[in-house]
Amino acid sequence: MANSMLKLKTVSEGVAAAAPVATASVVPLARKPPPLSARLLPVAQKIAAATVPPLIIAALFLLVWEMACWSPTSSLPPPSRVWSEAKDLIVDPFFVAGTQDIGLGWRVLTSLQRVAIGFGLAAVVGVAVGTVVGQSVWAMRGFDPLFQVLRTVPPLAWLPISLAAFRDASPSAIFVIFVTSIWPILINTAVGIRNIPQDYRNVARVLRLNHLEFFVKIMVPSAAPYIFTGLRIGIGLAWLAIVAAEMLTGGVGIGFFIWDAWNSSRLPDIVVALAYIGGVGFLLDRLVAGAAVLVTRGTASN
Amino acid sequence: MNPYLKIDHVGISFSRAGATTEVLRDVTLKIQQGEYVSIIGHSGCGKSTLLNIVAGLLRASTGGVLLEEHEVDEPGPDRAVVFQNHSLLPWLTVYENVALAVDKVFGGKRSRAERREWIMENLALVNMAHAKDKRPAEISGGMKQRVGIARALAMEPKILLLDEPFGALDALTRAHLQDQVMEIHARLNNTMIMITHDVDEAVLLSDRIVMMTNGPAATIGEVLTVALARPRRRLELVDNHEYNRCRAAVLEFLYARNRFVEAA
Repeated sequence: MANSMLKLKTVSEGVAAAAPVATASVVPLARKPPPLSARLLPVAQKIAAATVPPLIIAALFLLVWEMACWSPTSSLPPPSRVWSEAKDLIVDPFFVAGTQDIGLGWRVLTSLQRVAIGFGLAAVVGVAVGTVVGQSVWAMRGFDPLFQVLRTVPPLAWLPISLAAFRDASPSAIFVIFVTSIWPILINTAVGIRNIPQDYRNVARVLRLNHLEFFVKIMVPSAAPYIFTGLRIGIGLAWLAIVAAEMLTGGVGIGFFIWDAWNSSRLPDIVVALAYIGGVGFLLDRLVAGAAVLVTRGTASN
Repeated sequence: MNPYLKIDHVGISFSRAGATTEVLRDVTLKIQQGEYVSIIGHSGCGKSTLLNIVAGLLRASTGGVLLEEHEVDEPGPDRAVVFQNHSLLPWLTVYENVALAVDKVFGGKRSRAERREWIMENLALVNMAHAKDKRPAEISGGMKQRVGIARALAMEPKILLLDEPFGALDALTRAHLQDQVMEIHARLNNTMIMITHDVDEAVLLSDRIVMMTNGPAATIGEVLTVALARPRRRLELVDNHEYNRCRAAVLEFLYARNRFVEAA
């Protein structure tokens, strides 16, 4: 090693010696920076290219909606009426004007809390059980049909059963989220574990990694892309389930808000709530996708 | 003198769907410490199977392997393997890949600083120290294989097993890596077993070339001793009499006496 380092060193010295030696003093020439507008132009173009098309489409959408619901006898509110009647909900998500009169931001946070508990449990249990099932061919064969059947049961179909089991609305809603989002997590984890390349297993065997080391150093990173695919599907399903579950169980969440607004014929409020739900669902999906990129950096390719 | 590694009447059969195939039969080979032995044969003759038995990744159906008088019955870092497709873990950097091996093998015996130095020393040995923070996806195939060799060497194995280490590389990279492996062998005097299907590679690198007959039930057909002085330089060997004699002998074995028969 010392040898090769020495060699490297002499080579670099040789290069340095061969380089021409400057004899004249260098006169610095002031390089004119391009004008500010010229530098900002490409950036502005990029931003415009990304934002203008969605803005145009959104404007067109609002226009068509406004025209379709323009007549005073229309059963659905046009955007102008949504703005005039539900302005307080749109401009301030976090107002508190009474126990049941609170901003949509608070309601979304309440729902998110339920999702966090239900989805968190589903993630922990799903990854743990998926890991165990993925290890064994027999467990996979035995459990897979069960998982595939339970996976297709719609979230709301679980509600009566969970209400009967828990006798309370809040844990029932959490259970519905749990039982809806666990299957894709579990199945994807099991497939990810089964697909660990034999090469990685051989490396672990030559190094004599014990079970814990194999789990932490080989299994989890190798299955991470699969696990995150499951988590991403799972968070989407969890958000689908919470709104439906809250409509039936009541409480403070965004789902119950929609049901409440429907019962008191506040259609503009429902429209605003829908926009909130869509926005939050989108953010949740981005959040998990972002975490996946961070964690599985470099894992996908060989 | 007892041999360092003794492959003693090894045979192995695989059963699949009721049919049993005998892959190796009665393979016996003795290897001395510091020896470089190549195993050559047509594809499918069980070369890799034999290497996996020595590595402990497969268990022989009959016979056994003795390393320094101890029976080999499971894989271990004393028989480090350089895999054909490098088998680096893609989520770890070059440094971390070697560190995984070093920390496991020397975890309790050497301090953190000593291990760090040892990792860098082995990366420097294969000229990969500059890329220590790169991930396998960011380096070339030849570089990955060099890291694979560094990882194996860093375990301080009693015997280094190379499974077609240069098979997936282009000719120029392969020649460069062969030279590096010869240099490492000269410096560290490790015992090496290399699987290859390249006649020139076998003659250039080996002290002895083990030629396998075709399967099923393949065995050692002939063992050729390469009496060439080291260090060997590929350019000087082009018209060397001994080099050409060995080359001709291996070619004759492979293509005249044990022609490759396409399995049905």
